[in-house]
Amino acid sequence: MMNILKIASKNLMRYRRRTILTTMLITIGIVAVLLFISLSGSFRALMVGQITDSMLGHIQIHKKGYVASIESLPLTLNMKPAMVEKVTDYLSERDDIEAWTTRIKFGAMFSNFKETTSIRFNSIDPEMEIATSPLLPGRLIQGDREAAFVEPGKIVIPELIAKGLKVKVGDSIVIVATNREGSVNGNTFVIRGVLEGISGPGGRDGYMHVDDARNLLRMEDNEISEIAIRLKSSKNLSKIHKEMSTYFGQFINKAGKPAFDVHTWEKLSPFSNIAKMIDMLDLFIKVMLVAIVLISIMNVMLMAVYERINEIGTIAAIGTIPSRILSLFVTEGLLLGILGAFIGSVISFIVVYIMNVKTISFSFGRQENLVLQPTLDMNEVLMISMVVILVAVLASLQPAWKASRMDPIEALRHF
Amino acid sequence: MSLIEANGLCKTYQAGDIAVKAIKEASFNIDAGSFVSFVGPSGSGKSTLLNMIGCLDSPSCGELHVASTDVTSLSQKEAAIFRGENIGFVFQDFNLIPVLSVYENVEYPLIMVQNWAAAKRREQVLELLDAVGMKEQADKLPSQLSGGQKQRVAIARALVTNAKLVLADEPTANLDSATAHRVIDLMKSMREKFDTTFIFSTHDPKIMAEAEVIYTLVDGSIENKEELAS
Ligand SMILES: Nc1ncnc2c1ncn2[C@@H]1O[C@H](COP(=O)(O)OP(=O)(O)OP(=O)(O)O)[C@@H](O)[C@H]1O
Ligand SMILES: [Mg+2]
Repeated sequence: MMNILKIASKNLMRYRRRTILTTMLITIGIVAVLLFISLSGSFRALMVGQITDSMLGHIQIHKKGYVASIESLPLTLNMKPAMVEKVTDYLSERDDIEAWTTRIKFGAMFSNFKETTSIRFNSIDPEMEIATSPLLPGRLIQGDREAAFVEPGKIVIPELIAKGLKVKVGDSIVIVATNREGSVNGNTFVIRGVLEGISGPGGRDGYMHVDDARNLLRMEDNEISEIAIRLKSSKNLSKIHKEMSTYFGQFINKAGKPAFDVHTWEKLSPFSNIAKMIDMLDLFIKVMLVAIVLISIMNVMLMAVYERINEIGTIAAIGTIPSRILSLFVTEGLLLGILGAFIGSVISFIVVYIMNVKTISFSFGRQENLVLQPTLDMNEVLMISMVVILVAVLASLQPAWKASRMDPIEALRHF
Repeated sequence: MSLIEANGLCKTYQAGDIAVKAIKEASFNIDAGSFVSFVGPSGSGKSTLLNMIGCLDSPSCGELHVASTDVTSLSQKEAAIFRGENIGFVFQDFNLIPVLSVYENVEYPLIMVQNWAAAKRREQVLELLDAVGMKEQADKLPSQLSGGQKQRVAIARALVTNAKLVLADEPTANLDSATAHRVIDLMKSMREKFDTTFIFSTHDPKIMAEAEVIYTLVDGSIENKEELAS
């Protein structure tokens, strides 16, 4: 075996230029794939982080049917205190949950005393909300990011309305809302902040303190539209979601239907489709890599066999058995694969390291200076290297088979 | 019993519609340790016959025993193993492996064909290189050698496995006549030293005269067998 390796590597050295070119092709392919996966993965993580950490949380619980009609923010589909208690009792039992927040969501009219428009509000307990959505204050484009996010009488409005009605931080405005019984009520508020919009449900909502909302809507009970949950680690998302779905699935309403809906952020945000697209692209570029390795190794090994027909005839004539000739050529392919995979992985690690040191920032929509932190997962690198090596071996099998089956007389006659 | 026994051996090639009878009914015995040449004009069937004796090709009819083995119907793998154990080859074009040094070329059959232990291998390779007078050039690559030197290395490679039989199809065709004679002389002295049977083909009358037994082929048939005193 050692000797087959030795002879194979000597043959690779003999055709040095071809070996270098093929290795380079594989190397470039691997670097391209690893960098793409690394960058797309960090982009994905960043975007998902933005969505879960500034708005949705990882998991949300609603009364059954709420999400289906979330466009109209129906107050009639709020959870009653008894239901809310069931959820909060359960959540405080679990130790894999970082925080949760309760929200009353409602639609209202917003007036600057001259013009009126409609607005949607999340009314929250600021401490709970910030614990669950730590990136939310970062979306403030006007107003103090360090101060309490909302206080009674002080609200945060979305950028769209601030622009449309030409209001700014410090202005007084009026919010008028209809409660579930149909009675109308209005209060004055001071704008304390303007919030940058992001895509997805709730991405263009304003925020007010929960006490203000109860007042405005004349709510007696502790009714809640939505409970958003932040996990300690998003890695366990699907497992925890499953457990929660099972647990809350046991609660049945008067009509005999499940009382709760438990959704992951993926079910709530359109970005999850983009995330899926990124995963598809990852797969696609991996398939491309396999094709590159397959074709380049097969090509180079076919050439090697064709150029060495006379030599194959010689070693066959002096008694080298076919399987050994086969392994001689397969070993050449194997070495090319290992060489390409190794160099490619090393270069990828170096490039990713440099990218982290240099800090790549970019803008996405209105968000600027998003910093990508590309990482390379060792398992992913090993997996891709193994696949490349395996494909290299597979690609050299056919040419090697051809070599091993040659008739020595024919081969010796060949020049 | 002779090392090679051929009885009514024939070989027919099918070239399109026409059948070419390359060897017609050849019968001969070759004793172990003899120094034999097959001569004849181009196309007379020398290579065809040597290929059959060397188990590179199988006869169309007749019997052929080499080293007491019926070699008429060996599989590709069986034939390779048989050649590796019993037969050494010397080629017209030397056919050394270009990436390997002189030493490694001679060592090659001991590694890739027979499984020799490293220490014994070294001893054997050095002995053979010494015997053919190429010990000094052990580290050179084939491309750095003259034709005569290459053929010496090829003879060492053919003998290194302790083959009973060495087949050489026109081993001197690519050498000038002085070198050709030295190569044949070397083969002869190797025969003395290792008691190996040598069979070579040639159409050079001067080279032919070095053999002890000369078979003359004409048109695929053995016309004449001549024994010369050595
Ligand atoms: N593979 C083959 N297919 C068809 N015909 C063949 C084949 N090999 C040899 N022949 C024919 O068999 C006959 C004998 O050929 P062979 O090569 O044995 O002659 P040779 O005596 O070695 O000639 P030379 O001195 O030119 O090497 C020739 O007529 C040749 O054309
Ligand atoms: Mg010939």
